[in-house]
Amino acid sequence: MKQYRTSLESLKKIAAAILVSIVLLIMLFPFYIVFINAFKTPADYAQYGPLTWPRLFSFNGIISFWQRVDFSNKLINSFAISFSVAIIGVLLSLLNAYALGLGRIKGRIVFLVLFVVANTLPHEALVYPLYYLAKLLKIYDRQIAVIIVFSVIQSAFGTYLLSSVFASFPRDILEAAEVDGCGKMKNLLYIVAPISMPTLSVLFTFFFIWTWNEFFLPLILLISNHRQTVPIAISVTQGQHNMDATMASASALLGILPCLLFFFLFQRTLTKGITAGSIK
Amino acid sequence: MRLKDKGYGIFLVPGFMLLLLVVFLPFSMNLYISCTKWSGVGIPQWVGIANYVRAVQDSVFWASFRNNILMIFAVTVLPTFIGLLLSVFLFDYGIPHFGQRTVSFIRGGIYLPQILPVAIAGIVWGWILNPNYGALNRILQSIGLSSFAHNWLGDPATALPSVMAIMVWFQIGYPLVIFMSALQRIDPQILEAAQIDGAGWFRRFLISVYIIRPEILVVVLTTTIYALKLFAQIYVLTRGGPGTATIVPSYFAYQNFFEKANVGYGAAVSTIMTLIIFLLTAVFIKIQMSHEGIGEY
Repeated sequence: MKQYRTSLESLKKIAAAILVSIVLLIMLFPFYIVFINAFKTPADYAQYGPLTWPRLFSFNGIISFWQRVDFSNKLINSFAISFSVAIIGVLLSLLNAYALGLGRIKGRIVFLVLFVVANTLPHEALVYPLYYLAKLLKIYDRQIAVIIVFSVIQSAFGTYLLSSVFASFPRDILEAAEVDGCGKMKNLLYIVAPISMPTLSVLFTFFFIWTWNEFFLPLILLISNHRQTVPIAISVTQGQHNMDATMASASALLGILPCLLFFFLFQRTLTKGITAGSIK
Repeated sequence: MRLKDKGYGIFLVPGFMLLLLVVFLPFSMNLYISCTKWSGVGIPQWVGIANYVRAVQDSVFWASFRNNILMIFAVTVLPTFIGLLLSVFLFDYGIPHFGQRTVSFIRGGIYLPQILPVAIAGIVWGWILNPNYGALNRILQSIGLSSFAHNWLGDPATALPSVMAIMVWFQIGYPLVIFMSALQRIDPQILEAAQIDGAGWFRRFLISVYIIRPEILVVVLTTTIYALKLFAQIYVLTRGGPGTATIVPSYFAYQNFFEKANVGYGAAVSTIMTLIIFLLTAVFIKIQMSHEGIGEY
């Protein structure tokens, strides 16, 4: 009887393992297939199809796609935009949350609601006026336009999150510092900012990755090839005809790699913050 | 002693001015434009609610919202449901039988698509489904199923289901990760007690679902709003086609803004999107308030 039970248990365990493996296989298969075919020669692909391991690791597809879209330039663009947005976005969030979360200024609830509303507004309802205003201000097709827009949009989320974090901030420290003659600015710089550094770094990471992944507004605000970001440049190239299978695969791989890198670099921050970021 | 509240207002000035300039000014302009006929150049001509009337009578507009509801099925309903089953399974059965490390690995693997920009996820699948050289048709041919080989994204009958399947693949990791972290809140004794009382896995599943209701609500709301904003994957995969087979509100607004120079009409469509999002959020807040106390936000 006992033996029968254990064999049933292990049968169940095997079935569960198979089930989970199938799910995992389906999820990872696209990554695998993009990876192996990015390193094939077109002849290899034509002869042996997409499933086999490359006969010979060829970097031709990757190199020619890299040169075609000037990928170094796109990486620099994406990095410059995302990094600037992350810095400015965190700064704005900190200033706003300092006034709203710690300062308890008059009408703070109304302000907070406005920031939350700004965060939920679809970009579609902003895009044409933004496009129009950018042209008016002569910053259309300049990265500064994208940087300003996303710094503000990201900070709307950051303000909301940071204000709620500040609800449990030990306020008596600030009061004591103020009694000792510390001004509001000094309090912010020497007490609030250092203490909230962990939350700020989570925000920084999120802002950076969210901005890197953005598509809709950068597509419209950056029209010149040499100003575009990685996702835009790669997807614009897909429409062109003279792409063969291996080069198309290489383009997908180049889109995936930076994100994989971020994922492994920031894994701990990300898993800590996914639930906090679930509002996005 | 109460902290002096004076002197904090100044810190809000830059952030709030920018918010007005970048979000609320454009939004107000968009509202105004939605009541005009405008090609993007010249002076907008006031037409009142004509654009909204036109939307209600426009079959493409309705097609975009019909497709949107199907997208909600693909990014909200299915991933939430599968995510619930998987997370409870991994939590209740996986961790005791396979160990925490293996389960973390599985969770990471399922979450992986979520780290991609949607545009890149679209490009990965656009490559796999490409009718000329795509991997899927090649695989089908090599296992003798060439009759199933197909122009997946080019045929109106399969274009939308293909995009939906891609979205399920892309989205599943999100509810899974949220639900697994929520399940840690459950006192194991509750499930043990239920088991002693003879509750089968389904009962224990229902108990778990009941306890993580707040997170389910968050996932349902955020993904439903997300479904309404789907743009990049449509832009990359099908451009709304063939015909209007995969048109969605966001792409429809984009077409009117930038391809057809119907700026007023595009503004009206995007305003309707905004209204729906506000309505959804209001309903969500209402539900959340009525459950006050069980959640932890």
